[in-house]
Amino acid sequence: MERTAKIVGSPVMKKDAMALVTGKPVYTDDIAPRDCLVVKVLRSPHAHALVEEIRTEGAKKVPGIVTVLTWKDVPGNRFTMAGQSYPEPSPYDRLILDRRVRFVGDAVAIVAGETEEAVDRALRMIKVSYQVLEPVLDFRTAKDNPILVHPEEDWKSLCPVGADNKRNLCASGCEKDGNVEAVLKTCDYVVERTYHTKANQQAMMETFRAFTTMDPYGRLVVTASTQVPFHVRRIIAHALDIPKAKVRVIKPRIGGGFGAKQTVVAEVYPAIVTWLTGRPAKIIYSRYESQIASSPRHEMEVKVRLGADKDGMIKAIDLYTLSNTGAYGEHGPTTVGLSGHKSIPLYGNAEAFRFTYDVVYTNRMSAGAYRGYGATQGLFAVESAVNELADMLHMDPVKLREKNMVREGNVMPAYYGEVANSCALDRCMARAKELFGWDEKFPAKDMGNGKVRGVGVAMSMQGSAIAGLDVGSATLKLNDDGFYSLLIGAADMGTGCDTTLAQVAADCLCCDLDNIVVHGVDTDVSPYDSGSYASSTAYLTGGAVVKTCDSMIEKIMEKGAEYLNSSVDEVEFDGKRVYRLDGSAEISLRDIGNRAMCSNGYALEVTESNTSPSSPPPFMVGMAEVEVDMETGAVELLDYAAVVDCGTPLNPNLTRIQTEGGLAQGIGMALYEDITYSPKGQLYENSLMQYKIPSRQDVCPIRVEFESSYEKTGPFGAKSIGEVVINTPSPAIASAVAHASGVYIRELPITAEKVYRGMNGKG
Amino acid sequence: MEINLILNGKKIKAQIRPDELLLDFVRAQGCWSVKRGCETANCGLCTVWLDGKPVLSCSTLAARADGRTVTTLEGVAAEAEAFGSYLAEEGAEQCGFCSPGLIMNVLAMERELSNPSEEEIKEYLAGNLCRCTGYMGQLRAIRNYLNRKGGETNGENR
Amino acid sequence: MFSAREYVKVNSLEEAWELNQKRANVIAGGMMWLKMGNGQKGTIIDLSGLGLDQIEESEEEFSVGCMCTLRQIELDPGLEREFGGVFRESVRHIVGVQFRNGATVGGSVYGRYGFSDVLTCLLALDTYVELYKGGRIPLGEFARMPYTRDVVVKIIVKKDKRQAAYASQRNTKTDFPVIACAVSRKADSWRIAVGARPEKAEYICLDGTGKTAEELAREAAACFSYGSNLRGSAEYRAHLAEVYIRRLAKELGKEA
Repeated sequence: MERTAKIVGSPVMKKDAMALVTGKPVYTDDIAPRDCLVVKVLRSPHAHALVEEIRTEGAKKVPGIVTVLTWKDVPGNRFTMAGQSYPEPSPYDRLILDRRVRFVGDAVAIVAGETEEAVDRALRMIKVSYQVLEPVLDFRTAKDNPILVHPEEDWKSLCPVGADNKRNLCASGCEKDGNVEAVLKTCDYVVERTYHTKANQQAMMETFRAFTTMDPYGRLVVTASTQVPFHVRRIIAHALDIPKAKVRVIKPRIGGGFGAKQTVVAEVYPAIVTWLTGRPAKIIYSRYESQIASSPRHEMEVKVRLGADKDGMIKAIDLYTLSNTGAYGEHGPTTVGLSGHKSIPLYGNAEAFRFTYDVVYTNRMSAGAYRGYGATQGLFAVESAVNELADMLHMDPVKLREKNMVREGNVMPAYYGEVANSCALDRCMARAKELFGWDEKFPAKDMGNGKVRGVGVAMSMQGSAIAGLDVGSATLKLNDDGFYSLLIGAADMGTGCDTTLAQVAADCLCCDLDNIVVHGVDTDVSPYDSGSYASSTAYLTGGAVVKTCDSMIEKIMEKGAEYLNSSVDEVEFDGKRVYRLDGSAEISLRDIGNRAMCSNGYALEVTESNTSPSSPPPFMVGMAEVEVDMETGAVELLDYAAVVDCGTPLNPNLTRIQTEGGLAQGIGMALYEDITYSPKGQLYENSLMQYKIPSRQDVCPIRVEFESSYEKTGPFGAKSIGEVVINTPSPAIASAVAHASGVYIRELPITAEKVYRGMNGKG
Repeated sequence: MEINLILNGKKIKAQIRPDELLLDFVRAQGCWSVKRGCETANCGLCTVWLDGKPVLSCSTLAARADGRTVTTLEGVAAEAEAFGSYLAEEGAEQCGFCSPGLIMNVLAMERELSNPSEEEIKEYLAGNLCRCTGYMGQLRAIRNYLNRKGGETNGENR
Repeated sequence: MFSAREYVKVNSLEEAWELNQKRANVIAGGMMWLKMGNGQKGTIIDLSGLGLDQIEESEEEFSVGCMCTLRQIELDPGLEREFGGVFRESVRHIVGVQFRNGATVGGSVYGRYGFSDVLTCLLALDTYVELYKGGRIPLGEFARMPYTRDVVVKIIVKKDKRQAAYASQRNTKTDFPVIACAVSRKADSWRIAVGARPEKAEYICLDGTGKTAEELAREAAACFSYGSNLRGSAEYRAHLAEVYIRRLAKELGKEA
C-alpha cells in the first residue's frame, strides 16, 4: 500500500478542540473527586536554614485537618523530580520534605484537610524554629564556595556529568574540536562578550496540579497535569519508596506545559497524603507558588569568544556557560549542554570550537525544563555575538550568516558529529529577507520625530528527540466495524499531538481521521513513551505510529487473506478492504473487524516502539523591527517575521500556532519578563502582576512562513517544531535595539531604562 | 448568608460564605468553564458577565451577585460554540485553558463595539492573557467570526 | 488569604459609616486590591445599593459616585466632551476591560495607591472628595490626609474650562506605570500631577507665562521627589517626568 500525505499536511481541527472551546470539564481540577482532601505545603521563609523544631499539634487539632506531615514522616531516599529517562542525569538530591531548606519557598510541611479554610488555618498554626544559615545567592561565587547547598552524604549522581556536591557543582565539563586558542590567534577579529539570561517562568495558564486516589487493587492512582506520565510513575515510586507496580498515572487535558510539567513539581504531595491516609487528595498550586517554587529556565551567563577573518568567515567559537540550577539539580546537567550543542553548529565553517561549562547549586528556586532547554540561553549569546561581530566588521549580519551558516550535507562537529541531512536554513534566510523587507530596512531609519527604527536578525536550531535515548511508542487496535484505536504514551498538553499522530496514522492506514480514536495517556494502558519533551513527539512518536501502522497493515492482510482463503502474497489492502490481486474476491475492513470478534485466535493489535540514533535539527530565521524613543529608551516592537524549517509540517495550523506562540514567549523573555531577588533571596516577581508576560498589546504582528526540508528519518518528512521557535526573539530584538540606539543590551530583559542608560553613558 | 440570583437564566437561591468569591461559587454550581489562572486579577481566565458586563469572578464576591444576573460560558453555549468553532478552525484554542474567559470577553465586545478595529479589539481583550498562541491565531479567528456576522446581516447585498 | 466574617449591603450612608467605625470592618469597592491582601476582616460593607454608581453633570461640575467603575469614567460622554480624552487615556491601560468593570473610582481614590493612574489624572483637575462626615475637601488635601474611617461618597470635578492631557510609560502596555503624568492648563496657569514616582501622586501649580515647554517641564519635574522600585530607578523616573510633562505641555499648545 502506498503512503501519501493527504491528511498529513492539512490544517485539520484538533480532535478535542470543541470540548475545550465549549468549556467542558476536562482538566485536572474539573474532574477531581468532590471529596478530595485539600493539600497545601508550608514553605520556608528562609533561603537556607535547618528545621530545628517543628510543632504540629495545634495544626492537627484544627477541625477538618486529616494529616500534617513533616520531614520526620517521609521516606529517607533521595530522588530527583526531573522527568528524564532512568538513570537520570539529574542528581538524586531531594527528599519530599527535608530538614535542610534550600530556598525561599522550599517545602517544610504538608497539610491535608477537608476544606481549604481548615488547611489555611492549620498552616498558620504550625510552629517552626529554624536555624538560619548563610545562603549562596550569587551563582558567580557558588562554585567551591565554603557554604554548601548539598553537604549531605547521601547525595547521589547516577551519571558521569561532572557533578560534585562538595563543590556546589551539579555538573561540569568541556568539549572541543580543533585547537580553539590557536585558531583564535590567527583571526583578524575576535569578539569577546558575556551575556546573561534570567530564570524565566513558563507561566502556563494552568498552574501545577494533581489529584490522587486509591483504586480497588490497593494501587495509587495519580491524575496529573504532566508532560511525562511514565516518569511520574517512576518518580512517585522512588519518592514514596514503593514498588512501581503500585502506581498508575493518568493525564487528562493539560492547560499548557512548556517544559514546566516535565518536572514532578506538585505530584508527590497529594501522593504521599493518599498513600498514608487512603483518602483522595488534591493539590492546586496557586500562581504565587507556581512563581516561587517551581521549575523555571536555568539562569545562565554565557561568555562567547568568536573569531573571524576580515571577510567575515567565522573560524573559531569558544563558549563558557555558567548555569544556575538553584537549590536542586533538576535538568541542570542536561540543559547546559544545549547552550553549546544548539548554537555552535549553526556556523558550519568554524575550524575549531570549545565548549566549557559549570552548573552550580545556589539557594534560589530550583530550575527545570523550559522550552528551548538551554539552547535559548546559548543562542541569545552566540547570535548576539555574531550580530556584534557583523557590526564590528560593518557587514550586514544577514550576509555574514549567508557566508557561515550550516547547510544541508554539512557535518556538525559540535552536534555530536551529526550530518545536517535535512536543512533549509539558507532558504529560510532568503525568504525571511524578502518577507521582512530586510534590505530596505537594514540597519536603521531615523523617523525624524525623536524615534529611530532598527532591525535585527537571528537564527536558531533545536533537536528532534534525544538521540539514542528517547522512546516513542504507539499501540493500534482494529475494532468492530473497522475503526482503529490509537493508544499513545506521548502527552498532548494542548499542542495537539493526539490529533497530529492520528493524522499520521490515517494516512498510513488510508482511512479518514474520524476512523481513528485516540486514547491519551494512562500508564496502565498506553505503550511506554518517554514523554512530551525535547521536541520529540511529532518526530519520534510519529515515527512509532508509522511503524505501528505498517505492522497493523501486515496483520490485516494476513487476517484478510485467511478469510479469503488466500495466501498473503495473493492479496492487497487499500485501507477499505483486502482483495485478491486477481480481483476474484474481497473482504471489507469492517467485515474483518467484526468477524475477528468470533472464533479468532490472532489479535489485530500491534505495538511498536521507535528510537532514533540521530536528532535532526529544525532550523529557523527570525527578524525583528523595533522603534526606540531616543529620549526615554522605550522600545516598541513593530514587526517580527520568521521562516521555519521543521521538515514537513504535519498540521500547518498547529505548526503555525506553535511558532507564533513560541515567538511571543521569546518576545516576553526579550523585553518584559524579569526575575529579581531581595537580598535575602525572596523572589520579587511572584505573581502575574509583577512577572509581566506579554498581553496581546505587547506582541506585534508576527508573520510566519515555512520553508520545508524533507527529513527522511521522520514521519512523512517531519522534524520538530515545539522548541526551536522560542530562540530567535532575544538576539534579534537586542540587535535591532542596538542598530536603532547604539546600545547593546547583554542582560535580559531589554527594558527602556537599560536602553536609556546605555544611550546616556550610564552603563 | 443567602443570595438570590439568576445564573445562566435560572433563578437560584444559595447559601454562601460572606467572603466567597464568585469564581468559586459558579464552579461549585457546576460552571466548570470558569478557570482560575492567577490571584491578582491579571489573566482574565475567570471572566463572567455580571448584569451583562464582563468582570473578573476572581475579584468579585459572590455576595455582590445577590439580586443580579450572572452569565458564564455555560449560559451562552450556542454563541460560545459558534465563536469557539472559529478559534478551533485556526487551532487557536491550543491548550484551551484560557479559551472560556476569552470567549466571554469576545462575546461581550461584540455586544459593546460595532465593527471594532484591530487596535480596539486588542485593547478590549488586553486583559485576557494566553501563553500558548501568541494571540495571532485568536485575532484571525475573531476577525473571521466578526466578518461572518457582517456577512450574515448584509446577506441581501451579496 | 483574604477572609471576612460578614457581608452587609447597607441601606444608608449612616449605616455604612457606623459599621466602618470598627477597625476590622472594611468598605468594599471593586475588591480588586482588597482581596489580594492577607487581612482577616470582620464585616465587608457594600455600598452598591445606594445608587452611588452614577456620573451626574451640572452646569458647574461632574459628580462621580464612589461606586462608579473605571470603565464608566473611561466611556462617559460628558467627561469626554469637557476634558478631551484625559479620563480615557488615564485608565485604558489598567489591566483590561473586565478589571475596569470591577474597580471603582471611590476605591481608587480612597486607596491613594502609589501606582494610581486615576488619582494622578484627578489631581491635575479641580477635583474634590465628598466625605460622608468630613464634607467636601480638595482632592490634594485628601490625598495627603491619613487614612480615616470616613466614607468617600462622591468625587467632584469642576468644569472650569481647563484643558488636560495624560501620559504614562509602562514596561508592558497593561502594567503599572513607571511614571504617570497629568497636565492641565487654564490660560497660562498650569496644574501638573505626577504619579507612580513610585509614591502616590502629588500635584503642583505653576505659572507658565514667559516659559517654554522645556522650561516649564524642567521646573515642574524638579518639584517632585522620586524613588526606585522594580519598575524603574529614581533617576530614570525624574528624567521621564520631565520628558512627559514637556510633551503634554506641547500637546496642550505650549510653544517649544
